[in-house]
Amino acid sequence: MAEKTQKPGWKSLPKGDVIEGGGTAREFKTGDWRSERPVHIPEKCIHCLTCWIYCPDSAIVTKDGKFVAFDYKYCKGCGICAHECPVKGKAIKMVSEKEAKKNEKICQK
Amino acid sequence: MSKINVVARTGNEAMAEAMRQINPDVVAAYPITPATEIVQIFASYVSDGLVDTEFVPVESEHSAMSACIGSSAAGGRTMTGTSSQGLALMAEILYVASGLRLPIVLAEVNRALSSPINIHCDHSDTMMVRDAGWIQIFSENAQEAYDNMVQAVKIAETAALPTMVTTDGFIISHGMERIEIFEDKDVKDFVGPKKLGQYLLNLEKPITLGALDLQDYYFEHRRQLAEAMIDSKNIILDVAKTFKDKFGRAYGLFESYKLDDADRAIVVMGSTAGTAKVVADGLRAKGIKAGVLKLRVFRPFPKAEVAEALKNIKAVAVMDRSDTISGHEGPLALEVKAALFDSNIKKEVPDYIFGLGGREVRLEDIESVYKDLGDIIDGKSKDRVTYLGVRE
Repeated sequence: MAEKTQKPGWKSLPKGDVIEGGGTAREFKTGDWRSERPVHIPEKCIHCLTCWIYCPDSAIVTKDGKFVAFDYKYCKGCGICAHECPVKGKAIKMVSEKEAKKNEKICQK
Repeated sequence: MSKINVVARTGNEAMAEAMRQINPDVVAAYPITPATEIVQIFASYVSDGLVDTEFVPVESEHSAMSACIGSSAAGGRTMTGTSSQGLALMAEILYVASGLRLPIVLAEVNRALSSPINIHCDHSDTMMVRDAGWIQIFSENAQEAYDNMVQAVKIAETAALPTMVTTDGFIISHGMERIEIFEDKDVKDFVGPKKLGQYLLNLEKPITLGALDLQDYYFEHRRQLAEAMIDSKNIILDVAKTFKDKFGRAYGLFESYKLDDADRAIVVMGSTAGTAKVVADGLRAKGIKAGVLKLRVFRPFPKAEVAEALKNIKAVAVMDRSDTISGHEGPLALEVKAALFDSNIKKEVPDYIFGLGGREVRLEDIESVYKDLGDIIDGKSKDRVTYLGVRE
């Protein structure tokens, strides 16, 4: 019946749906239910970081004021970055996750 | 013992007076008849500078309780007031308050629920949220409303459970009575500073509150809530004892009025208990051993204690000021019967659903209930449920 588990029982859990400590959202990987992912086109990118400002999941990695990568562990694939990208012809395009994974496999081969 | 001031107050004024003396950090409220005055009077205390409270006038009761949750979660002592449809609109958020274990205190004036629209007393609203995880304390009169409000803050914060104190719409809320109020400083001493457990504005100990809680944790949190409600019974009694030591008036989970040698008794909540006591006194003058069990605390329900108090009484009736519309008894009768059943006490317990929508309950109505109990003692069976005072 009851699965064997290390999770705390009701007597030892913090009271009232409280999670102790801050920054716990970091532990929640929101990138695993994405259906589309943003793909960066470096030759078009002007590094304005509009995508970084708009990303609701802080999933744009930057260094020295420049775009570096998407953090796919947290990117939900909402597409706001691609929509807001001000570059003519867009420096970010949305690709279906299925397609992207297929390409990943081809690259690995 | 505290110095006492004798004043004339309505139930609403008495509750507002208690709130002034408690001086909470935040009151967020929306007006609704017959509870409007409580927060209206309190708002004037705020504008007159008599309290330090942040008053948040919101656009609905749903928002009122939501604001109360924000305030209480942040660490503030928080109160509000409502009635009927207002409590119904709050219902969703009442569950959030108890789930987060926030000690919000709500002054609730019992009023019928629509439809048909009606502004007068019955207990349908409070009974509708009886399983919301709130402590529920009923008052017989304005004095008890005041005393219960003063105690509620301490109860809620010790139990880490939200608590509602109820009065009966218009009968108590608008009825002017002689009541005894305490000195401001004595109330302040009694309630003490707010006990802060975990709260959002504690920068030393950050917490996440109200996270998604699916199959693997929700059940444990609900079990904790059930345990808190079980434990709150002793907290309510402890607070009542401290209250008696300081202010002199005794409170329990219920009041046993002339029950010790009674052969017949009525179980009832709220203002009707006062009427029932008058009838019991009248019957006693004629040599009939009548008693009243006035339930004060409906949640947590004092199951074993109620059964113990009723076990030697030959005939017991319950009077319910609301209906479950279930084809059988009202909510109070269901609880009382379950209590008796689990204590192996077999009794015929007729239920009288009365006073819906403010229908007057007269001395003769209650006399008729005692008369039915006399018939049961004489071996005659009675209807399981009677709609008392309804026109056929």
